[in-house]
Amino acid sequence: MNRLILAILLGAAPISVSAQDFAITNATVGTGDGSAPIEHATVVVRAGKIVSVGRDTTAPSGTQVVDGTGKWVTPGLFSAVTDLGLWDVEAVDDSNDTSAEKSPFNAALDVATALNPASEHIAVSREGGVTRASVTPFNGGSIFAGQGAVIDLGKDAAIVMKPRAFQYVELGESGAKLAGGSRVAAHTALRNALREAREVAALPAGAQRQGDVLVTRADAAALAKVIDGTQTLYVGVERASDIRGVLALKTEFPKLDLVLVGATEGWLVAPEIAAARVPVITMPMRDLPSAFEALAATMSNVGRMKKAGVKVAIGLFEGGNQPRNAPQQAGNLVALTKIPGASGLTWGEALAAITSIPAEISGFGGKAGVLAPGAVGDVVLWDGDPLELSSAPVSVWIDGVKQPTESHQARLRKRYKDLDETYLPKAYDW
Amino acid sequence: MRETPWKRRLLCGLAMSATLVMTTQAADAKKKDKDARSGPAPYASTYKPYPGRPTALVGATVYDGRGGRIDNGTVLFENGKVVAVGAADLAIPAGYDRVDGSGKFVTPGVIDIHSHLGVYPSPSVDALSDGNEMTSPTTPDVWAEHSVWPQDPGFTRALINGGVTTLQILPGSGNLIGGRAVTLKNVPSRTVQGMKYPGAPYSLKMACGENPKRVYGSRNQKPMTRMGNFSVDRQAWIDAKQYMDGDHAERDLGKDTLEGVLKGEILVQNHCYRADEMAQVLDMAKEMGYKVTAFHHAVEAYKIGDLLKANDVCAAIWADWYGFKMEAYDGIPENAALLAKQGACVVIHSDDENGIQRLNQAAARAQAAGRRIGVDVPDGQVVGWFTYNAAKAMGIGEKTGSLEAGKMADVVLWNGNPLSVYSHPEKVWSDGALLYDADDPKRKPVSDFELGQPGEGDVK
Repeated sequence: MNRLILAILLGAAPISVSAQDFAITNATVGTGDGSAPIEHATVVVRAGKIVSVGRDTTAPSGTQVVDGTGKWVTPGLFSAVTDLGLWDVEAVDDSNDTSAEKSPFNAALDVATALNPASEHIAVSREGGVTRASVTPFNGGSIFAGQGAVIDLGKDAAIVMKPRAFQYVELGESGAKLAGGSRVAAHTALRNALREAREVAALPAGAQRQGDVLVTRADAAALAKVIDGTQTLYVGVERASDIRGVLALKTEFPKLDLVLVGATEGWLVAPEIAAARVPVITMPMRDLPSAFEALAATMSNVGRMKKAGVKVAIGLFEGGNQPRNAPQQAGNLVALTKIPGASGLTWGEALAAITSIPAEISGFGGKAGVLAPGAVGDVVLWDGDPLELSSAPVSVWIDGVKQPTESHQARLRKRYKDLDETYLPKAYDW
Repeated sequence: MRETPWKRRLLCGLAMSATLVMTTQAADAKKKDKDARSGPAPYASTYKPYPGRPTALVGATVYDGRGGRIDNGTVLFENGKVVAVGAADLAIPAGYDRVDGSGKFVTPGVIDIHSHLGVYPSPSVDALSDGNEMTSPTTPDVWAEHSVWPQDPGFTRALINGGVTTLQILPGSGNLIGGRAVTLKNVPSRTVQGMKYPGAPYSLKMACGENPKRVYGSRNQKPMTRMGNFSVDRQAWIDAKQYMDGDHAERDLGKDTLEGVLKGEILVQNHCYRADEMAQVLDMAKEMGYKVTAFHHAVEAYKIGDLLKANDVCAAIWADWYGFKMEAYDGIPENAALLAKQGACVVIHSDDENGIQRLNQAAARAQAAGRRIGVDVPDGQVVGWFTYNAAKAMGIGEKTGSLEAGKMADVVLWNGNPLSVYSHPEKVWSDGALLYDADDPKRKPVSDFELGQPGEGDVK
């Protein structure tokens, strides 16, 4: 699918042989842009892209029409910061490419080389309405985890939309441990690595590096893109003071394009984050002081940051926190609006937090995570309010291509719908 | 990204050093031991219900926890007990406070059968990680209650956000026989004894599968395989039977517990993922003469719903966790619904300090997954997955878990349908005492640990 996206980005007319032209009519449509849902609306998709959306839109004659009566439509969900496509069984090391403790490299590591589009988790997430995601490496032996990618979840071989979309660095308590034992060491390691990267980038062709080298050439080359701002730097950080420390990096390295990941105490420094125009990717359903760097944890974190003007996406989907449950996270933020003293999101804002906002932070603003003319034809038809626990996708299109619902899980539930083995063992039921 | 504490704990530490301290008992202590064994239960509960007002909840949709649903229902409680549950015409005695539940819902207090709050508390630091005594594959001698830290903020979050009023704290699953679990009321207390559920039976935590064989196998110790798991378990039961039949002259803490299981006084909560392994454990229980009350984390239970039903064993499960380890590979969201279809007992559990705050939501997700394959479990029955069924499998079903006259007044008033993502507890009563009120900023517990910290008293 990445060729198609590339075509869009280059301004060419994307043509995909399997993309369908279709329109969903009379549905309740959440466009993902933060607005309230529109009832009795129509969504038109042509040549793999959204053409028009709204109550005044009609299906062009000759276009295949899907009756959306009683159903809901949203853009495909965009899951920010995931481990999709990097493992089959998390605890089976042979199948797990999330981290590499014994590698001599860190910042140079590029997840795009390991992504498996046939992963069961991609199939399961797609069935849950997730159509795009960012995938990050996990930290091995360094504060630098390596370079993450943006992917689509279409059932085809082309998974990578944008390789090396960002670098991930871990600070705070975990970064301290990785750097040798303290936050001081982590900040020193970060600054030193960026300094070495700058030096390597400035070397004339063929010249040798001077002594006092801690960062491999490959890692330094990767970080050069971070210093000049051509590659976004995701920073894992939780504590308010640590967040301030990250924002302060911009005075030393003015071109850094920062994204805060985690930011459990973000609400305490929300005005500063907003002023620095640094977006945040966080997991909202965490309200416990799970570490000393997260003493101020509250589910109102997202609502309070949003109110202060911070761009906040819901993310950090890994392990048991599955991408397909993103709507539950969003729905819980809507629930907070009914609780005295709590801060939550409106329905439209909550949907945006799992669609357009993570897409924007990932560099695909207006192109993904939104039902707007020109955006990719990622459309999910739901059997009810998409944020509600009882709802699920009926159909999922990616780039206008209707996706199959086949997975190991789907086959298991079919096989075991009954336990009848009167004539043959269950192994023959397939 | 870094690994979360969740993942670290679930995959349970491999680097723990094994120091097995053997104690020998002096001969003159033997008689004393024998006497101590037959005395009153040690570390007895000192829990006392807090005062409450006679209360009539009126106008709400009531789920009684046993499958029943009353629209525009009335729930009366007084002196810590449910007095009556009925329709709108139920007479309200004089002196009762009326709480208007119009447009709202009432359920029994939520119960989590599988929690590690207090033994793996927040903050998740080594100094407070007291859930897995991984110094021997069988540690029936350890009691979770001796590890519980009552100041874990998780207890208060479970109450406020999850409507939880009762929970079972288990040792971890690093060992085949992990030790005694304890049932607590998450009513804040300065002591663990002050939280202990009066009269609840003890449970024994057991684990099969990957964890024990990995923890000990990686140390070149038995068990290294699943057959090693069974061998160690069976020998432990054989030794316990010998002890049971003996004169108890020399007291053995661990065998006291195993004897309690063999006598049916202590329940067995068995961590077990795979269907084939659960079937083997059921045979081991028959061979050795004990009963498994519930299989926990039973992600493959749906493959043997008939067997579980026939053996009267509950499956305590997540809604849809899967894939994080090999024995969880076949987890599917339809697990609960398929079990219900077979008539087997379903309990939704958390095993997670965040999940415990949303057991109702997990149950709703599991229900929805079933509905999509044509297995429609009614709302009232689904509420039982996180109330009565849990109570039953913890041996306290006669006292709590449902709204029935004479039972403990553990009650949640929800501001909407508890099976909706948009709903939240509005008021929570434990034994008739109002312990959370969304409309009263001070009617909300704050643990010692959080006092004076940023966000203290915040609506979490």
